[in-house]
Amino acid sequence: MANHASTERPQTREGAWQSLVDDWSSDRQAFKVSWGKAMMWIFLLSDTFVFSLLLIGYMAVRLTTPQPWPDTSEVFALTVLGHEFPLLLIAIMTFILITSSGTMAMAVNFGYARNRRMAALFILFTAILGASFVGLQAYEWTDLIQKGVRPWENPMGAPQFGSAFFMITGFHGLHVSIGVLYLLIVARKVLRGDYDRSGSYEPVEIAGLYWHFVDLVWVFIFAFFYLL
Amino acid sequence: MAYVPSADAHAHDEPQSFVTKYIWSQDHKVIAIQYSLTAIAVGVVALVLSGLMRIQLGMPETDLVDASAYYQFMTLHGMIMVVYLLTALFLGGFGNYLIPLMVGARDMVFPYVNMLSYWFYLLSVLVLMASFFVPGGPTGAGWTLYPPQAITGGTPGAGWGILTMLVSLAIFIVAATMGGLNYVTTVLQARTRGMTLMRMPLTVWGIFIASIMALLAFPALLVAAIMMFLDATLGTSFFMPAIIAMGREMPHEGGSPLLFQHLFWFFGHPEVYIVALPAFGLVSDLISTHARKNIFGYHMMVWAIVIIGVLSFFVWAHHMYVSGMNLAFGFFFAISTLVIAVPTAIKVYNWILTLWQADIHLTVPMLFAMGFLVTFVVGGLTGLFLGNVVVDIPLADTYFVVAHFHMVMGVAPILVVFGAIYHWFPKVTGRMMNDTLGQLHFWITFLGTYAIFFPMHYLGVMGMPRRYYAYEDYAFIPQSAHDLNTFITYAALAVGVAQALFLYNMFWSAFYGRPSGGNPWRATSLEWQTPDTPPKHGNWGEKLPEVHRWAYDYNVPGVEQDFIPQTEPRPDSGPPHDRQHHAGEGRS
Repeated sequence: MANHASTERPQTREGAWQSLVDDWSSDRQAFKVSWGKAMMWIFLLSDTFVFSLLLIGYMAVRLTTPQPWPDTSEVFALTVLGHEFPLLLIAIMTFILITSSGTMAMAVNFGYARNRRMAALFILFTAILGASFVGLQAYEWTDLIQKGVRPWENPMGAPQFGSAFFMITGFHGLHVSIGVLYLLIVARKVLRGDYDRSGSYEPVEIAGLYWHFVDLVWVFIFAFFYLL
Repeated sequence: MAYVPSADAHAHDEPQSFVTKYIWSQDHKVIAIQYSLTAIAVGVVALVLSGLMRIQLGMPETDLVDASAYYQFMTLHGMIMVVYLLTALFLGGFGNYLIPLMVGARDMVFPYVNMLSYWFYLLSVLVLMASFFVPGGPTGAGWTLYPPQAITGGTPGAGWGILTMLVSLAIFIVAATMGGLNYVTTVLQARTRGMTLMRMPLTVWGIFIASIMALLAFPALLVAAIMMFLDATLGTSFFMPAIIAMGREMPHEGGSPLLFQHLFWFFGHPEVYIVALPAFGLVSDLISTHARKNIFGYHMMVWAIVIIGVLSFFVWAHHMYVSGMNLAFGFFFAISTLVIAVPTAIKVYNWILTLWQADIHLTVPMLFAMGFLVTFVVGGLTGLFLGNVVVDIPLADTYFVVAHFHMVMGVAPILVVFGAIYHWFPKVTGRMMNDTLGQLHFWITFLGTYAIFFPMHYLGVMGMPRRYYAYEDYAFIPQSAHDLNTFITYAALAVGVAQALFLYNMFWSAFYGRPSGGNPWRATSLEWQTPDTPPKHGNWGEKLPEVHRWAYDYNVPGVEQDFIPQTEPRPDSGPPHDRQHHAGEGRS
């Protein structure tokens, strides 16, 4: 019956349900993806919980602290040519990270097109963008530390501001840094022709999944920590 | 790395040297044994700690442990038993051994990651054990590690002790994540031909859902551990309010101790089911095999496991009725707690209906399975008491709670662990464990644990608070309670010593036990159909098995043999099967 549905008729709503049911009731595998990709998806689901709980923890202490929360648009302002631009540095960082997702997507595309050099080139682009994100983050940390913000104190108000800031951006920065190393390893394998020999460029896509995830997490950190 | 979707192409070369075969092994069976032996070893440590505590409570005149040591022993006892013994043994031990064999895979999908998982687990155990030797000793904050007291001076081990505990937990979480990713992916993506999800033995279902839960619940513990670590080392105030300790103002303000409790129990309650669901699964297979009857209501059993897994993420605050959280929460969490009793009760009824009019063989595994049933019902029913806010408030922090959770998530899963070891030991070693010693071990353990924990209900209702180091000077505690405490201590020491029977039996039988053959229990599931016992590297020899039926074909009418292995073709469906052919065929 499922055979008929897939060849004769266009996929109706029922057909989509049927194929979902077929996937889950099949033997051998529930999803038509490789082991590596399935594992990465499941890992990212787990990691989502880590970041969500970090953000929820930050919101909770922001509610309980009796001290005023600093105005983030002032704290993270950047002075350029005598003008103070609120959140400029963060805007640049966010732009860089989102751009890196674009270059990663192109790397995956070139990988599946078996374009070894371009794939490696774009993975390296992505890694460079990631590294510059971490560099700007280091600059931002230095800036805040010079303003007297520490994990345990904050001259502008609630000490939890410093605690949550360093913990959450630190944890995310760690993810980006690990991602850069991961991309460099994948780029080396691409250049060496490992995936031409194995016949599949899927590991590039798996690395891409991780990278897009780190990028997506940043959007939430940006929204909840810097904008609110 | 080559990613090959078919499990057939996943054969490795057999490792040759002793080191690659038994130490740096990537074979799921060896890793499972490593996990199990480490967990049992650390469990013995926790058992000894509980004995020392019982001596203090029952015979306070001995002066064997002082107050600090008592709290340190209690903390370590709880944490080891729940996390380092039960979680590691069920997922790392049984999960590792049984998942690939039961779903017909050659190994876990990523054997190298699997190996790393064990070594991280071992490291976490070593760090935890190291806390006995750091300045100030291990933490005495109670196994829930509640702040502020966990990191406030005056609590034993508030310096190095709590830090080693947090670091050890973080390492354990890394290990559990690497393991869990493997178990989940293997179940989803690496089953053999014919093995649909609805043909998997309930053991695999229990461990599968518990692994998913571990991947989603452990992050809460990780986040709590990170925050508390920062509070203790850098002086942040995530969990620390403004507080005066020892007459001095502490350098903290504005943190939320309740946040820790929420995070901890968002991990802690699913954790109860991370331990319970594998036990449910294993015991279902023990009962079905040794009662020679198909499990009653297989589909219901599967869905009950799934529903319990989901609901368990919405009940955490029933541990916090007296914490000072918003009272309106109590209303919600009391309801969700009582709702979770429904799928649990379905499972209990199904086990009983499986036993109904069955050909029950009172083997040692079956004795333990039935012991589990009784213990679990008692422990579960007291859970209904404690799930209600109005009943919980007078009973909170009394021995009633101690009795409840020891019955339901201490003794009950441990009985399953024993039963499962007696059951699968022949597959692991090729030898049977001694039956007489096993019977002796069962009766002492089963009756002994009742003697320990049943009177505690009475102590709790009487109002005896838990976590006290000594009870001598309280007028409201009558002599009868002291006598009962002494009795419990005798029972506890007897049960503790009796575990030597089990350890002796296990190690002796591994070398000198009666050879068992490949399928001594005449069981249907795949792991008993391996070409070699114990299974060799790669499990299945040349060709992967093909599955044609569910795992519970016992005493099928009209069939001479009283069991039909899963690999036996069905008369109405000849191989080869295509995928569509299988859809919805599992319910025979």
